[in-house]
Amino acid sequence: MRVADDRLRSLRFRQEREESWKRLEALLKKAERGSTRGLSDEDMVAIPALYRAALSSLSVARSTSLDAALIEYLEALCARAYFFVYGARSTLMQRVGGFFARDWPLAVQRLWRETLASGFLMLAGVLVALFLVLNDSDWFSSFISDDLAQGRTPYASAESLRSALYGAVDKDSHLSFFATWLFTHNAGISLLSFALGFAFCLPTALLILQNGLMLGALSAVFISHGLGFQFYGWILIHGVTELFAITLAGAAGMRLGWSIAFPCALSRVAAAVHAGRQGGVVMLGVIIMLVVAGLLEGVGRQVITNDFARYAVAAATALLWGLYFYLPRRPGDG
Amino acid sequence: MAEAAADRQVRALITPEGVDLRVRLATLGERAAALMIDLAIMFVCVMAALFLTLGALWQLHLDRNSRTGPEIVAIIWLLFFFVLRNFYFTIMECSPRAATWGKRALGLRVVARDGGALSADAVVTRNAMREIELYLPIIAILLSAFAGADEIGAFIVFSAIVWCAIFVLFPVFNRDKLRVGDLVAGTWVIKTPKQKLLPDLAGETKADVRFVFTDAQLGVYGVKELQVLESVLRGDDGEVMIAVADRIRSKINWSRTPHESDAEFLNAYYAGLRRRLEQKLLLGVRKKDKFDRN
Repeated sequence: MRVADDRLRSLRFRQEREESWKRLEALLKKAERGSTRGLSDEDMVAIPALYRAALSSLSVARSTSLDAALIEYLEALCARAYFFVYGARSTLMQRVGGFFARDWPLAVQRLWRETLASGFLMLAGVLVALFLVLNDSDWFSSFISDDLAQGRTPYASAESLRSALYGAVDKDSHLSFFATWLFTHNAGISLLSFALGFAFCLPTALLILQNGLMLGALSAVFISHGLGFQFYGWILIHGVTELFAITLAGAAGMRLGWSIAFPCALSRVAAAVHAGRQGGVVMLGVIIMLVVAGLLEGVGRQVITNDFARYAVAAATALLWGLYFYLPRRPGDG
Repeated sequence: MAEAAADRQVRALITPEGVDLRVRLATLGERAAALMIDLAIMFVCVMAALFLTLGALWQLHLDRNSRTGPEIVAIIWLLFFFVLRNFYFTIMECSPRAATWGKRALGLRVVARDGGALSADAVVTRNAMREIELYLPIIAILLSAFAGADEIGAFIVFSAIVWCAIFVLFPVFNRDKLRVGDLVAGTWVIKTPKQKLLPDLAGETKADVRFVFTDAQLGVYGVKELQVLESVLRGDDGEVMIAVADRIRSKINWSRTPHESDAEFLNAYYAGLRRRLEQKLLLGVRKKDKFDRN
């Protein structure tokens, strides 16, 4: 026979610790709401300590308390605190620095085989379209739709083509709008060609090939009017960066599809995750490259109208990207 | 049955301190609802921006002085749409909450499957895959509204929809409810409910001389029944309480004392049962349920 004369052991346990759980909850609420600026240094130091206290409370509660609501509460509280404490291991600046110093170039280096394949596909596209359109200009419309060509068709006069290359003549051509449109278009294409890699590379390869075909067809138009040299200066000033970015996106997609199809020693899912994360790093960089390309296109090309200067900028970007990505570097711990 | 179904959603998440947090995966319904909220937010943003853009263009049209004005407005619109379409999910999931507004509304968050920190590249990857999981299907559906006049067009649209369906329905056909983006990025979506710390039921009842239970009376039930009783008490539904109280009384041969209410009886029995079971727990004996002969 027993009367409920004193408090339950688990109730005392709870009452002794309740304050610290409530404090942790309040701090988490503040931290999750917005920036961590609302938290004082004292609070920032307190959260991990309170988290570990809550975690040990959870362990004890699981083995000594039969209050289901209490255990559920502690599980939820610990999970929230866990994601806060272990979610961001480094500051944003460290992450950004690590990304540029190590993660991005290393991820690109590891993709060298796919990059070659993807670059080769694009080049093949350019050459095929060049050959076909130079022989028979009717091929042009099958590579480039009319709204994209903006009058730069095989039937345009050499004069109008020349003015398109040196811009800034015609105020109504909305060049900067077109440049922005091209940037968003290219970024979309890049993301798509990465994502399509999931379907065993093939759609990615087609997309890259098609991109090359469009470029080839366009250049054929200018070459046939004796403007080939000028055209490549016009395209390569930003094109080196832009085409490289699209090539890399294609390469990341191919790596993804390839590792899903042939996972080697890893399980298929593990291989996909590995390739996917690497691809994510490369894609972050691809977006940055496309912004650079957009700036070169929108600003650089309008300011620099000398062909040789354009080629010089193109060569400089090629050299810089090449050195940045492929200079041997020590793999970090990251 | 409901419990078993809920347990299938629970995944181990071992912290570096060695404690299993037992996180619960989000259901497909919750994720679909979160996506709908996000799409609605994006749609409203696009519409608002579109009206602003058109309004600005109209104003500039009336001005007729500025030639570059309309172009700048159009560029801003283009960039806004681009960022919203491609980076709304990415930016939101890179925040400390690791969730879009839709996911926040439903108490969901994205976490790495291995329990580690959610990296920015994983978020980029899982959302880059939306390109084929979300946007291509939408485009295919829009396309089907315009095509279909001839047989070849219909065939192309049909195969596009079949192709898209593989990706859209992907989460239905795996245990972890992963979509393609989750699979490739090594993430999954879990439920992180905001739990309130509910009052302890055993703390509310004062010792009452009317309710003194013998060991035999307290020995019939185990942990499972205790927790069912807890949920009944927290539920506070009169009819259920009457039924449960009657059942327990007949099971333990409790003769009803005058003026005792069902709630008082259940609270007292809950406190007594929990005290007994917790004391046994300290000695290393866990009576699982009423069939457990410990």
